Amino acid sequence: MTAEQGVFLFIGFVTLFSAYTMVTRSNLVHAALFLIVALFGVAVIFVLLDAGFLAVVQVLVYIGAIAILMIFAVMLTQDNASRDQESMNINYGWAVLLSALFAFALIVMLGQWQDIGAMAPTLDAGRDTVVELGSALVSPDGYVIPFEVASVLLLAALIGALVVARPQKKGK
Amino acid sequence: MSFFQDPVGAISALISNFLYTLLPQAWTALIMTLLGVVAVSSFGLIIVIFLIWVERKIAARFQDRLGPNRAGPYGLLQTFADMVKLVTKEDVIPAKADRLAFNIAPILSVVAVLLIWAVVPFAPGWIGTDLNVGVLYIAAVGSFGILSVLMAGWSSNNKYALLGAFRAVAQLISYEVPMLITLMVPVLLARGMGMVDMVKDQTVWFIVLAPVSGIIFLVSSIAEIGRTPFDLLEAESEIVAGYHTEYTGMKFGMFFAAEFLHAFTVGVLFAIFFLGGWRGPGAEATPLLGVIYLMLKGFFGYFIVMWVRSTLPRIRIDHMLALNWKFLTPLSLALLILTAIVEKVFEGNAWRVPALLIGNALILIVSYYFTRAISRRVTKERVTFKKRPVAKPA
Repeated sequence: MTAEQGVFLFIGFVTLFSAYTMVTRSNLVHAALFLIVALFGVAVIFVLLDAGFLAVVQVLVYIGAIAILMIFAVMLTQDNASRDQESMNINYGWAVLLSALFAFALIVMLGQWQDIGAMAPTLDAGRDTVVELGSALVSPDGYVIPFEVASVLLLAALIGALVVARPQKKGK
Repeated sequence: MSFFQDPVGAISALISNFLYTLLPQAWTALIMTLLGVVAVSSFGLIIVIFLIWVERKIAARFQDRLGPNRAGPYGLLQTFADMVKLVTKEDVIPAKADRLAFNIAPILSVVAVLLIWAVVPFAPGWIGTDLNVGVLYIAAVGSFGILSVLMAGWSSNNKYALLGAFRAVAQLISYEVPMLITLMVPVLLARGMGMVDMVKDQTVWFIVLAPVSGIIFLVSSIAEIGRTPFDLLEAESEIVAGYHTEYTGMKFGMFFAAEFLHAFTVGVLFAIFFLGGWRGPGAEATPLLGVIYLMLKGFFGYFIVMWVRSTLPRIRIDHMLALNWKFLTPLSLALLILTAIVEKVFEGNAWRVPALLIGNALILIVSYYFTRAISRRVTKERVTFKKRPVAKPA
């Protein structure tokens, strides 16, 4: 076992454990904090795959923005932020069924994939993955259309948020 | 290369040669990495002791006082006395506090700042790790700082702490936006996000090429560290001490140390992005000189932060948000677009530097007259309390 595999096993265990703890905790803020640990574990796995940019963006977007907004929302909406709540609701059975189906499908698909045992190829030292990602995002042969569509969608969301947050004019 | 020109290189060569005779290659590399981590983070934590003294002394001069002057020469040992006091204080955990989050938050706040030092290029060849996404990394680890504030505020189970945490998060998330957009300007100028290349490309300091961006970066950084005039998150006249109200002893000390170290880190980052990092006469040949240059420039940035802190009063929360969203963010977007266009049009041209300067000046003038025109047109709403019945003696 190489050091990298050891790190992967450890991080994988931590990620799965915190994901499990996140769903079973009755305290919502604790659940959100464990979600952050799980997301950070995913970022570490990106680092192990030599995808530094994705790892940093994972931390920046998921932990820096989404998770913090979640905690913020939980704190603002609960009258006493530390009150415990029932962690299961009436849709418990459906959730179990759906996730079991999803896990089954994933296992079947990954089992049929030929390259699952392949080792990650080592990158040439001269290639800068960030430069290649950047030019792929804006080149016509690459992902320029999805990129632009996503940008327009985000712009629409931004304007929508502005419209929602605008103060109502007096007298209406 | 002699020992005095590059002591870190010499010492690390010595240790790794010694370890290599005892252990296999992989273990040597691992131990050297760990030693590097210990060295960089110890540097950060030790410099805090000095920073606290410097800040107290300089703030005192601004306020026409002497500052610490009893313990040791010029009060240099005052911080050690304070540290001993903090360590020996009783460690109180509120009865209804969330113990896990309460205890992790101070550690996380220090870690979030120390992580930035991993990508600081001290001198040619002296860097923790040269990530090709260094700038984004700095922004990403900053989110752990926000997280620690939220955890501290929530877990204390105190309404003032929670209010402080809410204010802090509103402020920190908002000011991340102009800060990240302005950081894209040095990235554009250096053609990359790596910190080493960022310094190497600054044959002309970026503060000359993008002066307005530099100022926006400094302003939004001051907001990120929550110092006056942006210290609403620990406004003692309104919400006791904000998110660390319930912390005592060394746990409070850790928040305190993290804040001071963050302020200095901001100065160092300003030096790296806009003042040419370790660049200076003779720094290429002698890395030790590079470190001295970087520290001098970093202290200059830190001095500006202290200067602003002792000069300006706290701003109101709506002004704070308006300044960010209605002024800094559009301005930084305009600067980013301008820099991108000028860089493309004047690529490899001698007019690049003057064009960037003129563009910056134009944007500054336009934004000044624009905001002035708007502020005259907008009628200001007076903030008043509702009329309340006055209590009268029966």
